Amino acid sequence: MSLSFKNNKPSGPLILAVTRFATAAALLLSAGSASADIRWNFQTPVTPMAHQIYHLQDLMFGVCVAIFVIVFGVMFYSIFAHRKSKGHKPATFHQSTTIEVIWTVIPFLILVAVAVPATATLLKMENTSDSAMTVRITGYQWKWQYDYPAQGISFFSDLSTPVAQIENQEPKNKHYLLQVDHPLVLPVGEKIRFQITAADVIHSWWVPSFGVKTDAIPGFINQTWTEIQVPGTYRGQCTELCGMGHAFMPIVVKAVSQKEFQKWVTAQKARMSAAHSAATPAM
Amino acid sequence: MASVAANHEEHPVGLKRWLFTTNHKDIGTMYLLFSLLMFFVAGSFAMLIRAELFSPGMQIMKPYFFNQLITMHGLVMIFGAIMPGFVGFANWLIPMMIGAPDMALPRLNNWSFWILPFAFTLMLSSFFMPGGAPGTGWTMYAPLSVQAPIGMDCVIFAIHMLGISSVLGAINIIVTILNMRAPGMTLMKMPMFVWTWLITAFLLVAVMPVLAGTVTMVLMDRHFGTHFFEAAGGGDPVLYQHLFWFFGHPEVYIMILPAFGIISQIIPTFSRKPLFGYESMVFATASIAFLSFIVWGHHMFTVGMPAPAEMFFMYSTMLIAVPTGVKIFNWVATMWRGSLSFETPMLFAIGFLVMFTIGGLSGLMLAVVPADFQYHNTYFVVAHFHYVLFAGAAMAMMGGCYYWLPKWTGHMYNETLGKWHFWLTTIFFNLTFFPMHFLGLAGMPRRIPDYALQFTDLNRVVSISAFGLGLSQLLWVYVVYQTVKGGKKATDRVWEGAEGLEWTLSSPPPYHSFATAPTVK
Amino acid sequence: MSATHDHYYLPSPSPWPLTASAGLFTLALGTVLTINDLGAGPWVLLAGGVIIAFMMTRWFGQVVGESEGAAYNAQVDMSFRMGMAWFIFSEVMFFAAFFGALFFERHYSVPWIAADHILWPGFHAAWPTSGPKGAAFTPMSPWGIPAINTLILLTSGATVTWAHWGLLKSNRAQLIVGLVLTILLGCSFLALQAHEYYMAYTHFGLTLKAGVYGATFFMLTGFHGLHVTIGTIMLIVMLVRSIKGHFRPDHHFAFEAVSWYWHFVDVVWLALFIFVYWL
Ligand code: HEA
Ligand code: HEA
Ligand code: CUA
Ligand SMILES: [Cu+2]
Repeated sequence: MSLSFKNNKPSGPLILAVTRFATAAALLLSAGSASADIRWNFQTPVTPMAHQIYHLQDLMFGVCVAIFVIVFGVMFYSIFAHRKSKGHKPATFHQSTTIEVIWTVIPFLILVAVAVPATATLLKMENTSDSAMTVRITGYQWKWQYDYPAQGISFFSDLSTPVAQIENQEPKNKHYLLQVDHPLVLPVGEKIRFQITAADVIHSWWVPSFGVKTDAIPGFINQTWTEIQVPGTYRGQCTELCGMGHAFMPIVVKAVSQKEFQKWVTAQKARMSAAHSAATPAM
Repeated sequence: MASVAANHEEHPVGLKRWLFTTNHKDIGTMYLLFSLLMFFVAGSFAMLIRAELFSPGMQIMKPYFFNQLITMHGLVMIFGAIMPGFVGFANWLIPMMIGAPDMALPRLNNWSFWILPFAFTLMLSSFFMPGGAPGTGWTMYAPLSVQAPIGMDCVIFAIHMLGISSVLGAINIIVTILNMRAPGMTLMKMPMFVWTWLITAFLLVAVMPVLAGTVTMVLMDRHFGTHFFEAAGGGDPVLYQHLFWFFGHPEVYIMILPAFGIISQIIPTFSRKPLFGYESMVFATASIAFLSFIVWGHHMFTVGMPAPAEMFFMYSTMLIAVPTGVKIFNWVATMWRGSLSFETPMLFAIGFLVMFTIGGLSGLMLAVVPADFQYHNTYFVVAHFHYVLFAGAAMAMMGGCYYWLPKWTGHMYNETLGKWHFWLTTIFFNLTFFPMHFLGLAGMPRRIPDYALQFTDLNRVVSISAFGLGLSQLLWVYVVYQTVKGGKKATDRVWEGAEGLEWTLSSPPPYHSFATAPTVK
Repeated sequence: MSATHDHYYLPSPSPWPLTASAGLFTLALGTVLTINDLGAGPWVLLAGGVIIAFMMTRWFGQVVGESEGAAYNAQVDMSFRMGMAWFIFSEVMFFAAFFGALFFERHYSVPWIAADHILWPGFHAAWPTSGPKGAAFTPMSPWGIPAINTLILLTSGATVTWAHWGLLKSNRAQLIVGLVLTILLGCSFLALQAHEYYMAYTHFGLTLKAGVYGATFFMLTGFHGLHVTIGTIMLIVMLVRSIKGHFRPDHHFAFEAVSWYWHFVDVVWLALFIFVYWL
């Protein structure tokens, strides 16, 4: 991508910026914030894997909160009850093999308990066999290329947010930084295998609501898979630092019904054979 | 006596005292001050990072400069603030705690320190090289680091120098502990802080050379046409990650074990009750160190390792929760039915306990491979490691600073201001880093100078709190300055409940801690 | 004199550590400038080298003086021994990084690349290899120079021990002869190694650029060669000191440190011979 501002000279008089924050801070404090609701958990899962991961995360979170409450319940009780200011006299014990064995064994059992579902989910994730179609994904500095070997379709997917918005000269639109010229189009309801690699440095292909994140490593192909259940548009980003454009190579996936997908495929083929790539409207 | 006196009639004063010193206290002081300076340098980088992330859109810098800032923030905090800081504590305290006159190899000790200012001059000079500092992140992954500008070479050689400094410093500490203990000071009588440092020093000697070798390979790929990390020549970029994390994970325990040591000194003092389960503490520390060599893969779950490898690293990583848990429980048990008082060091110790555990538990969530596929390289990870690094390593040092400052300077610090520093730091710390968990879950990647609109609100909260956190640290500097300059005279014991040889010495202690070794029964 | 013996020797303030750090910095900066051919690189590099060399002679000179002046008691001696042992351990870990790279590329990355028919069609796993795109080369046969070098180093290990025996039963002649032999063996090892490198570059097409084999081959043998060079220099210093009449049967840490180092270099070579040349 050719973003004009991507040269490595530090820019802008700091003072100007500082004033900008001052105003922005004021804005915030007067509760006039840029965007609406804050998300407190993963994005809505739309694949079987994403669902499992979501539950795994909830389980882990629960376990951790429980442990935290118990351990520090005890500690804060003692802070409350055993303080010198209340004239509490110190006990002298400093050893107890039984209790030490107990608090070595119990954590261990807890860990075994969480390791079981974790392992099951992991093995499911790693199994890329019997997939209905394959998409090859290649990371570049700083854009993605998508190939459909079977369908003979291939195109690049590049950030479509105008530089003017990034440089704060224009108001930012809804999908600021998460929009591309040619989204990846996939059919819902079938197992799709991804073959992911990179052309220059390491990138990482991540779509949160699919529960898919896999590094794109130059010279090697990583395989992963997904099966989208709900049609819609899903957005993700490159998640491996890959140079100055790392924040600017988003991923947009359009999940459509089988029928629409076939339509799209034929259209693309026509376009490719007509050997001119008219940009589908940015989304 | 004779010889000690003989070699030390000359007490060089002024600049020479600091440049040429062979005294563990002077060297310790220099380490501590240097670490404070680096904390502020790297902290200022963090302030710039937070400024840029205050709202969406590029604010005050170009994306590549942002990458340079995160790289230097990470490198300088880890190698400049945390590691030298703990070595400073080791220099000051270990000879006093084991009843030695000084470190075993005093000249080497001075060299280990003086390498640092030169190494960081070289590292930071990369900002002024054509192309600027490397924008690779502190992990310097190939091939990005192979592609990086000249600044990368400065960082590589700076890391070589830091490696020499750490290894020599660690060797000195090991030798001091193994060879300089006073009669009767058996290994199992050593204070916990000494134990944790013995094990930390071992980790340092074992992994710093591996890092040196690894960055050397990057250097070769950059300038001499080798293909260590390039598939075309049969190499593999992932090899870099294996080598780096073989160093990197033990490194994170290098940054936390001495903190465990400091906390194990503070809590018994203010609980007026001996440390609970000393033997199991020693054993737990050793097992953490051992495990740290076999968990490195948990930083690389998404690189496409075979499933068996993923499982191995998941299980071994989870296992670390057990010995660490033992430590947490032992500390709580030490407080249990003690006679607690809450001077500033104790406040920091309790803060450490609570917040390190939060970081530890989030670490455990990261260890769960399928979930880590979602957390990896998001702000969830950034939250995790600031909980263990700032609330863990850095706040343990702050606590230790208040705990031993009266012994070092002979003056009591200002308790009220100390408590203020603690509360401001704790409140702003949590306001800064807790929201990062949610940013990560919601899908904000780390290492990005600009973000989508739905992340705006939390980032504003984070940035404002971060500035507060930064400013609160100025208060710390003021308290330390005040205490060094003067203040209420400190007793030798300083704290009612303090145990250990260092408290038998005067405050401030004599130039040679124990000219004649005490006998420990 | 006697008083000093029951007290741990604490050296007085010294300018050499600071000089050493400045030297390191100059050396490093010089290297950065040189490899990016900027400005006066080589001169800065040279300056760094000179500072380090000067510092070393003075610092070690001072230590030798203190040692011969009987400033060190048994405890100090023990500190030195422990320090040297742990230093050698750190060296072992340094080499471990490169051996690790060798194992990983040989047993994982090369087979993985070969198994990938999409990106690297027609590449078959083999060892040694320079990878799918690397230039062809002839690997080193272990049974030529390398085997001879193995014998040389093993013998040198024996001669240095023999010299040590001489020192222990205060037989100067044996000490000196033993050292001379060891040094000669060390030099011939280096000469042969240099010849091997020359052949590799001129006749076998085996260079740093020859894929992972070339890279690991030259990094491992190169760093080993560097250590042999350092070891030889230290042996020469020991020789000079022995001729000057330094060392006593009960007090010769420096000599032992050097012989430990020499044995370490020896062991590393065995590992090299087996894993780089032979298997
Ligand atoms: C001081 C530094 C420090 C410490 C101590 C830790 C401790 C731990 N860390 Fe962390 N970690 C870092 C510093 C540290 N880490 C850094 C800097 C990174 C990022 C590097 C980068 O990419 O830049 C990182 C990243 C990181 C990752 C990779 C994340 C990713 O990139 O995807 C993982 C994954 O497993 C992880 C796990 C852990 C675990 C399991 C522990 C365990 O040791 C924690 C153990 C402690 C507890 C579990 C809490 C106390 C225990 C109890 C109360 C007992 C009861 C508990 C149970 C039974 C569960 N860490
Ligand atoms: C011990 C280590 C340590 C410590 C103490 C800190 C402290 C802080 N870090 Fe840390 N951080 C790391 C280690 C550490 N960090 C590492 C290893 C990384 C990963 C880098 C990478 O991705 O490669 C990282 C990355 C990192 C990021 C993510 C960057 C990215 O991924 O894009 C952020 C973002 O907010 C951040 C913020 C902060 C803040 C606000 C502090 C604050 O706590 C700092 C507070 C201290 C000060 C501010 C002192 C200076 C005070 C002044 C100069 C006075 C003037 C003050 C004002 C002008 C307000 N850090
Ligand atoms: Cu591509 Cu980050
Ligand atoms: Cu780790």
